Amino acid sequence: MSPALSVYTKELRGQFFSLTAYVFTVVFLVTSNWLFFQSFFLFNQASLRTYFDLLPWYLLLLVPAVSMRTWAEEKRQGTAELLLTLPIPEWQVVVAKFAANATFLAAALAFSLTLPISVARLGDLDWGPVIGGYLGAWLFGCAYLAMGQWISGLTSNQIVAFLATIAASFALLVSGISITLASAGPLADVLYRLSTYTHFQSVAKGVLDLRDIVYFLSLIGLFLYLNVYTLIRRHWR
Amino acid sequence: MDIEVKNLRKNFGQTAVLNGLNFRVASGEILGFLGPNGAGKTTTMRVLTGFLAPTSGQVLVDGRDLLDQSVDVRQKIGYLPENNPLYPELRVFEYLRFSAAAKQVAQPDQEIRKVVAGCGLRDRVGQGIGTLSKGLRQRVGLAAALLGNPELVVLDEPTSGLDPNQIVEIRHLIRDIGKTRTVILSTHILQEVQASCTRVLIINRGQIVGQGTTAELTTQAAGRRRVEAIIAGPEDAVCAALQQLPGVASLEQQVAPAAGETAVALEAEKTRDVRRDIFELCVERHWPLLELKVSAVSLEDVFHRLTTEQPQSVTATTATPVTVPAIPHS
Ligand SMILES: Nc1ncnc2c1ncn2[C@@H]1O[C@H](COP(=O)(O)OP(=O)(O)O)[C@@H](O)[C@H]1O
Ligand SMILES: [Mg+2]
Repeated sequence: MSPALSVYTKELRGQFFSLTAYVFTVVFLVTSNWLFFQSFFLFNQASLRTYFDLLPWYLLLLVPAVSMRTWAEEKRQGTAELLLTLPIPEWQVVVAKFAANATFLAAALAFSLTLPISVARLGDLDWGPVIGGYLGAWLFGCAYLAMGQWISGLTSNQIVAFLATIAASFALLVSGISITLASAGPLADVLYRLSTYTHFQSVAKGVLDLRDIVYFLSLIGLFLYLNVYTLIRRHWR
Repeated sequence: MDIEVKNLRKNFGQTAVLNGLNFRVASGEILGFLGPNGAGKTTTMRVLTGFLAPTSGQVLVDGRDLLDQSVDVRQKIGYLPENNPLYPELRVFEYLRFSAAAKQVAQPDQEIRKVVAGCGLRDRVGQGIGTLSKGLRQRVGLAAALLGNPELVVLDEPTSGLDPNQIVEIRHLIRDIGKTRTVILSTHILQEVQASCTRVLIINRGQIVGQGTTAELTTQAAGRRRVEAIIAGPEDAVCAALQQLPGVASLEQQVAPAAGETAVALEAEKTRDVRRDIFELCVERHWPLLELKVSAVSLEDVFHRLTTEQPQSVTATTATPVTVPAIPHS
């Protein structure tokens, strides 16, 4: 097993053993199903639009719960000192941790596939946009995961990491909703381009636009780079 | 693996924690880093293992800067950090397997079996690390540090928090490890260096205040002799008279065992036998001499003296052996 792969496995194991991530996943699955089926029977339409429309807000809570422990817990336990004195380049540790978190998020999203499956049984579901929507939502979540991982590296307290990640994600999201854009005046165009919300719009429709993919990948790259940077110039406790 | 530390400084914000350390570690040594709590031992270990970058100064490993070849050097170092951090959710063999993979050990299973046997963990490999006792956790930490057959093993307070039996066991392990590789261990416990180390560096407030083998350190200190006496006579007069004796460097009054008796501990130069002077003084003044004994100057006294000294009055360089400053023993 390669060093990076061993970090990935250890990390994934830690994630599956952390109660918090589970609790948030269950809460996410229960609420999303409940809210979806409430409106589903109201509109009686075989589409997942209402689910994807709300998904960013669910991820706003789920993603920070997954990413918060990434570094904060290592620092609190002191294991960061072990991990970072192993002969693995910092960037590989960062990428391995991110990959493990992204895998956990994929698993959580996969559990919500019960939704389209039930809908498909009730009506005629077009799977194309659903698969596009899931992939887009995962990319969107991964961008927040990368940000959360960077923030987690700035503190040794998981709760602080959790709250700070929610705050930052919320800012990125809310900057793109129509009320903000309407009142932003000349900044509206910039906000429109930068907000994760606007980039999620087409994803929610099930259209995977290359520009949106590039946008999410750049966010991931940026925050992973920042994470590596904080490790390399480490002066932390 | 030769290590040379040159003028190493480390600041945390405004506070200077390491104030210019200079020392060398030669292959095959078991070097003890001895100092009181807060002296900067852990910080030094962290810089040596590449976990923290120094504020200024250099660590040269085989002549090359540690920071330029960090991953290569880490490959050659086994590290047991202070307080032995471990992943509680992993089982012993899972953790060792993780360590072995991270260090790219060529034959992981074989190597793991070796360190598990060496550290006496054979019946525990399936147990969760979170459920192990402190002594066993320490063995797990040591086992992981030894994986990959590192040239240098760095142990930060390896016996802290263990009971006396466990301490003896861990010291045995350390001596075994030291037979085949270089070991640097830090401790605030004197017996530890006496039990395990071939050479000692005494560090205080981020500076090296003494170094040498344990034998060298004690002989250096043996330039003076510590004498304890109980004399039946008035306190003030006895103390004043003793202070006047030639060669007496310091005098400390102790609790008298009975009324009318005076107990003192004094340190005097070895060049003159102060015991005779005390005897003659007592005869002359008609003070019965009730007790007189020489107590050996121990490494403990050296440590105490060196680490209660104000740092600016001590000049330590890598080359000079320990100098024992002439200050009153308090
Ligand atoms: N990350 C840090 N930030 C600020 N101060 C620190 C940090 N690490 C250590 N110190 C301070 O540096 C001094 C030396 O600490 P340390 O190296 O842990 O000493 P030792 O291991 O000898 O007990 C202490 O006063 C400690 O408070
Ligand atoms: Mg320490």
